[in-house]
Amino acid sequence: MTSVMNDVTAPTVGLDARRMSRAAEGAIAAVSLLLGISIPNLLGNGKWGWILIVAALSYVSLTYVGSRVLEDRRQATDRVMRATLTVAFVLVMLPLLSVTWTVIREGVSRFDGTFLGGTMRLTPEDLLAQREGFAAGGAFHAMVGTLIITGLAAAIAIPLGLLTAVYLVEYGRGRLARAITTMVDVMTGIPSIVAGLFAYALFVIIFGPGSRTGIAGGVALSVLMTPVVVRSAEEMLRLVPNELREASYALGVPKWRTILKVVIPTAVAGILTGITLAVARVIGETAPLLIAAGLAQETNVNPFDGRMTSLPVFTYYQYVQPGIPTEAGVERAWAAALMLVLIVAALFVLARVLANVLKPKGLR
Amino acid sequence: MTLLSPQSASVTAQTASRGRLGDRVFSGLSRAAGINILIILAGVAAFLVVEGRAGIFGDTEEMSGSDNFLQYVGPLVFGTVYASFLALLIAAPLGVAVALFISHYAPKRVSQTLGYLVDLLAAIPSVVFGIWGITVLAPILSGNLYPWLNENLDFLPFFSGTISTSGRSMLTAGIVLAVMILPVITAISREVFLQTPRLHEEASLALGATKWEMIRQAVLPYGRSGVISGCMLGLGRALGETMAVAIILSPSDGYFWSVLTNQNSNTIASNVALKFPEAYGLDVNRLIATGLVLFGITFLVNALARRVANAGFSGADG
Amino acid sequence: MRFHSKRFVAFAAAASLVIAACGGGDEAEDVPADEPAAADESAAADEPAAEPAPAPDEVTGTLIGAGASSQAAAMLGWQAGFQAAYPNATVEYDPIGSGGGRKQFLGGGSDFAGSDAALKDEEWESSKEVCAGDLGAINLPHYISPIAIPYNLPSLAGTTLQLSPEVIAGIFANQITNWSDAAIAAENPGVDLPDLAINPVHRADESGTTENFTDYMSQAAPDVWTYGAIEAWDADGPGGGEGAPQTSGVVAAVNAGEGSIGYADASQIGDLPAAAVGVAGSFVEFSPEAAGRIVDSSVRTGGRNEFDFAIEVNRTPDSADTYPIALVSYHIVCLEYADQETVDLVKAFMTYVSSDAGQRASAASAGSAPISDEVQAEIQKSIAVITVAG
Repeated sequence: MTSVMNDVTAPTVGLDARRMSRAAEGAIAAVSLLLGISIPNLLGNGKWGWILIVAALSYVSLTYVGSRVLEDRRQATDRVMRATLTVAFVLVMLPLLSVTWTVIREGVSRFDGTFLGGTMRLTPEDLLAQREGFAAGGAFHAMVGTLIITGLAAAIAIPLGLLTAVYLVEYGRGRLARAITTMVDVMTGIPSIVAGLFAYALFVIIFGPGSRTGIAGGVALSVLMTPVVVRSAEEMLRLVPNELREASYALGVPKWRTILKVVIPTAVAGILTGITLAVARVIGETAPLLIAAGLAQETNVNPFDGRMTSLPVFTYYQYVQPGIPTEAGVERAWAAALMLVLIVAALFVLARVLANVLKPKGLR
Repeated sequence: MTLLSPQSASVTAQTASRGRLGDRVFSGLSRAAGINILIILAGVAAFLVVEGRAGIFGDTEEMSGSDNFLQYVGPLVFGTVYASFLALLIAAPLGVAVALFISHYAPKRVSQTLGYLVDLLAAIPSVVFGIWGITVLAPILSGNLYPWLNENLDFLPFFSGTISTSGRSMLTAGIVLAVMILPVITAISREVFLQTPRLHEEASLALGATKWEMIRQAVLPYGRSGVISGCMLGLGRALGETMAVAIILSPSDGYFWSVLTNQNSNTIASNVALKFPEAYGLDVNRLIATGLVLFGITFLVNALARRVANAGFSGADG
Repeated sequence: MRFHSKRFVAFAAAASLVIAACGGGDEAEDVPADEPAAADESAAADEPAAEPAPAPDEVTGTLIGAGASSQAAAMLGWQAGFQAAYPNATVEYDPIGSGGGRKQFLGGGSDFAGSDAALKDEEWESSKEVCAGDLGAINLPHYISPIAIPYNLPSLAGTTLQLSPEVIAGIFANQITNWSDAAIAAENPGVDLPDLAINPVHRADESGTTENFTDYMSQAAPDVWTYGAIEAWDADGPGGGEGAPQTSGVVAAVNAGEGSIGYADASQIGDLPAAAVGVAGSFVEFSPEAAGRIVDSSVRTGGRNEFDFAIEVNRTPDSADTYPIALVSYHIVCLEYADQETVDLVKAFMTYVSSDAGQRASAASAGSAPISDEVQAEIQKSIAVITVAG
């Protein structure tokens, strides 16, 4: 859609407009880089952060000066804005790069078999080994917990969200549909910790005070996940052309079969992508699980009894309560963080692949 | 986006299929699911009220700290709003700039990939952001930026005081929050910028405008309401953000304007995360009550965002 | 001492030797170090009143505990050691916090509670309803976690800072704000103290560590620290200072800033130097043994029965071989349970925990200080009288 826009080169202004040459642009970039490297070093502070800042500032200001001299004020403003936006983009990419790099660098040292297969149910020998700097303790129980809790959340949120989306698109009219649409919006804005408090308050009434269970965690996450599923599924269902529905009705197919056999299959790529992204959103949630599911040291596969550790909560506690020596826990925390980031990245890739593979032919 | 409503097609079909059991079951099911959403939301509010009531009206002698509920929650509300506002102040201009860069400046071939990259930022779990923030970002800021701000701008109350040596300050929390909400603002802004009618853009260029002038004349006015609602959604996200703040911020009881010191008002969400694991009795109820307050604040912000978005788009479509 | 029933009189009479031993405790036999099972038997053998302990593999079932998260790390070590010695027994521990643990125990939701504070009087009264029989519950001080005062003053490398309780309280109450303050200099003659702002670091979450540290200050320096023993610093404390989550947050914050000082589990402070604390006219550096003596020098609060070990931790010991800042955490158990299986489990586990082997296990997993042999022997005598009601 934007291809035309981006192919339009900066328009000339007036017939005699002077233009800055490619060589001049290159020179400005080179000089900025040179200034960026030299000024901080001359001032005795050659950290790469300062180099970037000085280089960016000189690039923007030199562009302006160059353009004012060689072109005119309006062109100068245009070039400065282009430079500024580019700098802004680079600036925003820095945290992403830094987080990714840090997590990989710190996490890889304990990303081993013991970590993937072991739990925090440590034996006296493990404790001894850990003291002497050997690998001990793992996050297997946390991975199982994350799988179960996220699975429960998905088992609640996906049917509920899909059916609601079907209702809103295919059936809903009037006050009820409007109310549901508004409430889904409200639900989107529920802070994750509030969802955790809700699940805690609900299951305290069922299981008694102080209870923390996997199912409570699953319910908390499902509250966060449902509106995301509704929103994406609704959007996808609305994209299905009405001609398809009408053709189906014309053949005498009842409405429910039309929805199940025609509408949903047409939109399935988008729906699955949306669900995957919804899972990716909740799988890294820490706060609600901290409150609702708690922390356990060993594998617990029963979501209705006892605490269940998840990867994010494991990460948090290994970081804040690292044990003896502290390096052992902190290394486990980073390894778990790496695991989390890998899972989320994998889900993102999966979402893209699903969208491409299942995309119905002939639609868009 | 401007497809015919599917319901108009279904009207004819409905008469044909009325009475069929399958249809009744299916429509009943989907309707029940929709109603369920209402019940869940009512349930969230109801349980928070039921469990939180004792925390608001209960005997404060039995809770830690002897303040009444308003004195307890006041600094937390201030901290929540202040941290989120700081985050928005940083993220809004950056987010819009990045959205413009992706939608109008980056080469078309890579612009979608760049969009994914920014989205990826939203996918990093907040606990990871928190640990990164305190181990990587805070030392950089407290070693370089904060002393400079403190020395040169300390006539402003925000930058005065003794700076936190470990960087556990409001500004660090605000910057990390900004990084976390930036993808929300960028995604929504990018979407509306891409929807700017091509005619508007080309008309502007045809009149001899430079690209930036075209953006100011056509793209930004068209996208304004979208940008605002994106910012409000980002603000809503920041208000509820928990773990990153809990790990980074050094909390104190009271109201603090300075963003560089280790005296900061805590946020509601972070306070709950810090206090909940050890809390019991009425303290639990009071924490749930603060959750209710947070729910109310985010509800207001999101309602405002919806209002802005609705008002804006209907006007721009015409 | 109050007698609550005729049965208690009979009970106490039968266990008269135990009662006699309560004051001295010298006649306790040396507990074999390595074998918890043997420890159990030898301790039980001393007791004329108690029935013989069952063999390790006859102790079966699951013992459920809940409470202080401060004990969570130690519990890992205890569970590992106990379950290795008693293959058919399992111990579960839910770290829901001290208050929550006591509440759950008193509600009948667990067999024992872990708590950083002993049962309060009204809680003890209600424990009589939960426990079988009507003797109620007892507190056993099983976990002593020394609290060190780490500081970050690179210019003092090699010398250990000496701080009296008044100065410590002054620093954390924001009354002493610079390292070159005369009060600090007076206690550190010959040390070149830097002209640097003090950054006191405290816990941002609620914790037993904060409660014990503030209890220390309010006992040892009541004129300076007027805030009492508090769990939540930002709600009840003096304000000021830096807050950081959990022990690791405090240690990281002290590490990050020159001039910082904090309080944290001694096992977690890493390479940071820790201050020597003023006790009885001299300065005591932290050591596990010195911290372990804190229970010896404390007095039992008493008033309930002979077997209860609730203590008023004495933060101002008379002898300079005791390190006074430590978190003392209890196990709270009933004196009478309804069935033999639970009695066997409780006795076996608590005997193991209070043995040398158990104390070494928690030292390995949580860096705790061992309770002294004398106290161990006394505690084991209390455990020995746990029995089936009726």
